Amino acid sequence: MIELSGVRRDFLVGGEPVHALRGLDLTIPDGDYCSIMGPSGSGKSTLLNILGCLDRPSAGSYRLDGREVGDLDDAALSEVRRHRIGFVFQFYHLVPRLTAAGNVELPMIFAGVERRERAERVSRGLAAVGLTARASHTAEQLSGGERQRVAIARAVVMGPTLLLADEPTGNLDSAAGAEIVRLLEGMNRGGLTLVVVTHDPDIGRRARHRIRLVDGALASEERGPGGDR
Amino acid sequence: MNLRDLVGFSGGALRGHRLRTGLSLLGVAIGVASVVLLTSLGEGARLYVTGEFASLGTNLLIVLPGKTETAGVTPFLTGAPHDLTLEDAEAIARRVRAVRSLAPLSRGTAPARRGERRRDVVVTGTTAEFLGVRHVQLQAGRFLPPYGAGAEQSVCVLGAKVRSELFGAANPLGEAVRLGDERFRVIGVAAPRGMSLGMDMDDMVYVPVRRALRMFNQTGIFRLLVEIRSHDELSSAEAALRRVIAERHDGEDDVTVLTQDSVLASFGRILDILTAALVGIAAISLTVAGLGIMNVMLVAVSERTREIGLLKALGVTRGQIVSVFLVEAAILSSAGGAAGLAVAFAGAGLLRGLYPSFPVQPPPWAVGAAVLVSLSVGLVFGAAPARRAARLDPIIALSRR
Repeated sequence: MIELSGVRRDFLVGGEPVHALRGLDLTIPDGDYCSIMGPSGSGKSTLLNILGCLDRPSAGSYRLDGREVGDLDDAALSEVRRHRIGFVFQFYHLVPRLTAAGNVELPMIFAGVERRERAERVSRGLAAVGLTARASHTAEQLSGGERQRVAIARAVVMGPTLLLADEPTGNLDSAAGAEIVRLLEGMNRGGLTLVVVTHDPDIGRRARHRIRLVDGALASEERGPGGDR
Repeated sequence: MNLRDLVGFSGGALRGHRLRTGLSLLGVAIGVASVVLLTSLGEGARLYVTGEFASLGTNLLIVLPGKTETAGVTPFLTGAPHDLTLEDAEAIARRVRAVRSLAPLSRGTAPARRGERRRDVVVTGTTAEFLGVRHVQLQAGRFLPPYGAGAEQSVCVLGAKVRSELFGAANPLGEAVRLGDERFRVIGVAAPRGMSLGMDMDDMVYVPVRRALRMFNQTGIFRLLVEIRSHDELSSAEAALRRVIAERHDGEDDVTVLTQDSVLASFGRILDILTAALVGIAAISLTVAGLGIMNVMLVAVSERTREIGLLKALGVTRGQIVSVFLVEAAILSSAGGAAGLAVAFAGAGLLRGLYPSFPVQPPPWAVGAAVLVSLSVGLVFGAAPARRAARLDPIIALSRR
């Protein structure tokens, strides 16, 4: 359960204050499928970073599952990101020297998961995104769509409750993009809360919960059955 | 996260950049190898000098005419108003009770000839006592007559090299050689000895000391080697010896007395300075190697900005990120250190092969210090890049393409 109330985020850019978010109120229930749309500079990415605990509000309250995130220190935020949140990025952010399996394994290494269990979860994760045959290929040997599928497997391997995707199809052709959307929505149907930031209205309208930001404020919020699901 | 996984991850990152990893390994290896090799040279010089003087025996006083400013290795003469004479030597032998034996030495150079063969040799005038005092071994025949008896005989003992050059394989005993214009009969041959106290002992001809003084028209001797009964009596014997000399030299004890201890001590000081200078040079190269590691790690941090951002998004803590980069630096520096040690030992072995008389041996403390220093160089110079990595803002790090 995500509860934002009165969230502001101000930056100083070249001495000038920039108000990326101006008092945002938003509730995203567990298992929700939420899309965040809006023009460039409307605060979409800032909102996603705050939701992902990579950034903190300048003012206001962000409660994740009832816990006030603003009160957590750096180590506690790392802990939250490690166990509760999975990220999918526009540019995949795979570690190029590692294989597909190595990339999926990465979060478990730092979380101290045992070697044998890591191997099991890697093979299950890669199977879930249909890449078992590509397990030993390095990132450079994979297509864009395959890379994003590895990234999704990595994002969910620690069993998070919240999956944040920042323009997940922004760098893919429509066929590969559709495959990624299908995978993400499958994760959502499995119970994961899914938040997608996108420029693409065709993707945005698929969500049950659609919000639109303009100049750091909520311009519209719609709930209801998503398009062509 | 356990250490094995950490080392695996960091090692993987290093393997991903072979050239960069190799170059910084090389830097550390050169630094460590130079530390170990240079200290080996310093230590070798010390062992060499110690070995040279150890052959003197600890109970030896070397008396030189003239007083020096300081007890040094090459005495700086302030003027010798009185020669050190054979009569002085006799007086010392008679009146200093602690003397076990005593060998005067005179020195001159002359051409040695036998038939057509000729070479310039050092003619050392001495007595039978020299054999015991300087531990000279004979290959054939006998040595010079003892002090007093037969001091004027025209007999000589050849060094090993002189013998082989003048006589080849022929037996020299009883044969005649000319030294300068005078004929000498060969009564003995010294066993090969090599260099000792800066003199080639094999390139010498020994003759009775009085004969040598007459031949070179000298009145004073060059050295007086005095063997004392025991090490404990060394300083009292030196004082007694100086009193005898002062009595005979108008109240001035105008001689320099060297002992093995004093020579080794002054050499030790010089060698300490030499070793310190070598260590200093080597330390500079290790520092340069450390800067190399730091540079590599800084490049790695900026090149892997996205990876660091990703790790943060995955919930990796700052401490873990610091560990990743410190472990990388530690792997670099310790592998470099190991390679450097291998190079140093190979180099020392090579030098020993080339110069067998010069004992180049890496001292154990230098090996330990090199390993310790290279590891700490890695950690010290890796710390700043690691902290920089840990402090990266994940949002900015991730926004890079």
